[in-house]
Amino acid sequence: MALPKQLVDEFDELVKNYPERRAALIVALHRCQEELGGWISPQTMEDLGAYFGLEPVEVFGVASFYPMFHLRPVGKHVVSICHNISCDLRGAQDIIAKVCEVTGAPLGGTSKDGQWTVKHVECQGACANAPMLDLDGTYHEDLTPEKVAQLLGAVR
Amino acid sequence: MKAYETYLLDRAKVEGNHQLATYRRLGGYKALEKVLKGGLTPAQVVDEVKRSGLRGRGGAGFSTGMKWSFMPDVAKDPRPRYLAINADESEPGTCKDRVLMERDPHGLVEGSLIAAYAIQAKAVYIYVRGEYRLPHDRVAAAIQEARAAQLVGQHILGSDFSCEVFMHKGAGAYICGEETGLMESLEGKRGHPRQKPPFPAQSGLWNSPTTVNNVETVFNAPFIVERGAAWHAAIGTANSKGNFLCGISGHVNRPGVYELPFGVTAREILEDKAGGVWKGRQLKAWFPGGSSCALLKGADIDVVLDHDSLRARGSSLGTAAMIMMDDQTSMARVMEVIARFYEHESCGQCSQCREGTQWLSQIFHRIAHGRGQADDIDTLESLAKGMAPGKTICALSDAAAIPTLSAVRLFKDELIACIREQRDPLAAPAPKYATVGAH
Ligand SMILES: Cc1cc2nc3c(=O)[nH]c(=O)nc-3n(C[C@H](O)[C@H](O)[C@H](O)COP(=O)(O)O)c2cc1C
Ligand code: SF4
Ligand code: FES
Repeated sequence: MALPKQLVDEFDELVKNYPERRAALIVALHRCQEELGGWISPQTMEDLGAYFGLEPVEVFGVASFYPMFHLRPVGKHVVSICHNISCDLRGAQDIIAKVCEVTGAPLGGTSKDGQWTVKHVECQGACANAPMLDLDGTYHEDLTPEKVAQLLGAVR
Repeated sequence: MKAYETYLLDRAKVEGNHQLATYRRLGGYKALEKVLKGGLTPAQVVDEVKRSGLRGRGGAGFSTGMKWSFMPDVAKDPRPRYLAINADESEPGTCKDRVLMERDPHGLVEGSLIAAYAIQAKAVYIYVRGEYRLPHDRVAAAIQEARAAQLVGQHILGSDFSCEVFMHKGAGAYICGEETGLMESLEGKRGHPRQKPPFPAQSGLWNSPTTVNNVETVFNAPFIVERGAAWHAAIGTANSKGNFLCGISGHVNRPGVYELPFGVTAREILEDKAGGVWKGRQLKAWFPGGSSCALLKGADIDVVLDHDSLRARGSSLGTAAMIMMDDQTSMARVMEVIARFYEHESCGQCSQCREGTQWLSQIFHRIAHGRGQADDIDTLESLAKGMAPGKTICALSDAAAIPTLSAVRLFKDELIACIREQRDPLAAPAPKYATVGAH
């Protein structure tokens, strides 16, 4: 398999921004994760390796360094809850418990129905609006367990 | 409350300011025009910023004009030159650059262009942490608008100065905020910090001269160019000039990002801006500048906020992110959370940091969970002393050691009590949930 043409066209433009093509790798990994099922599969690593002229293991080396990249399949929705200090001081643990309760997923795992992956993350730069979580790439701040139940209840 | 002049967040409060038309109506891009059409040389811009007293807002507080002057002479060094804007903003407690990017993205573009002109960079890379989707999109849109208006690209405003501005995304690693980790990451690699020297100005991105500046740092440049070094140098204290953005979080009534001149006291921010400690409680402890600086006690709240005063108290201004803790806070828990963070973020290249952060994390964890051992306090202290200062490739090791040493110094009795009683009397009830994988 190869990368979809639409992504190849996009990357062909992207690499022009840098003196060395490889610099676009991390942005390309983001795009692949967004477009190709929410995670970086071994196939994607191979395809990106071919595109950038790198061994797949080099792509793996980079992808595995960065917490935002999922190297295993994830649920349809991904909930990332900040557990760093400003959020912890304002009840992040209660938020985690509520998310796990509502979604049925364990922290660090995926719910049995495949709908939800729940994980904790370090400080997200939303400390003045703590506690917070990120749902599928959008921040939700100044949370309470009630707000979490409402938010997740409205998601299909 | 004392009144002070503001400027950093004024435009950010205006609806629609993220778009070029509004930004221009509010006086935007006048400073860039002054530089490019008014015939200011790059050396003059560097000199102006030097005399303004502006210091970096990424944490280290280094003189910005001085940093720019370290770039090699264009006449003698033909390599391309780069400016990297550090928008990784991952220091716990820090949430100020995000406000600027979301609400005043053109201010960042204009500031970046002025900085790029000063160091004669052919391109700017704005390295934004991957989670900052809206800030990224706002700045990317601003760059597009600016390019269409001849403010970015070839012959900016019809001048001889050409400069591209590109967005670049990180992917969730704190260490990529360290300037050499950032450069590795920008080159498409793991964010492993580089040994210094060579310093970025000598050999940075793609072995070319590079300057790395924080978002808020370059955001200041247009104001200084337009209003003059003397205006800026008249605000603040002896060695800390101008206004700064202070994020205040934790146990306060109105957490937020506020603009203040250097020289205000921490109490003024806590009480006048943040509405005091929540729930009518007392302040027990606080970080003045993110989790990588030394803790201070609540009684230190009258300290003046500037580089020198905080240093004199044994802490530092850091990113000016005040994290406030009330009198019911468990310091064992606070340190457990913070040590876990540094353990998770250590890149592992240096043994002191890799091993040290793991040990600190384990020990604070067991103290907080009623399993502390008699000699844990001494172990924490000797571990931290072995990790810093300046023993490793980058300062993450120091960043883990410094709060540890302050906690052991200021809250020794509390930590010892947790060990002696084999429980943490201040521990909050722990809600139950299932976990897979590591803690
Ligand atoms: C572990 C570590 C993380 C850092 N993270 C950031 C960051 O997220 N943002 C930032 O601007 N500076 C960060 N810094 C500081 C940068 O290394 C660098 O000093 C700064 O970007 C320089 O910009 P300035 O001179 O404009 O402050 C970090 C430093 C260390 C040691
Ligand atoms: S001090 Fe820590 S984070 Fe920095 S380079 Fe060494 S191991 Fe990596
Ligand atoms: S500590 Fe949670 S967003 Fe900063």
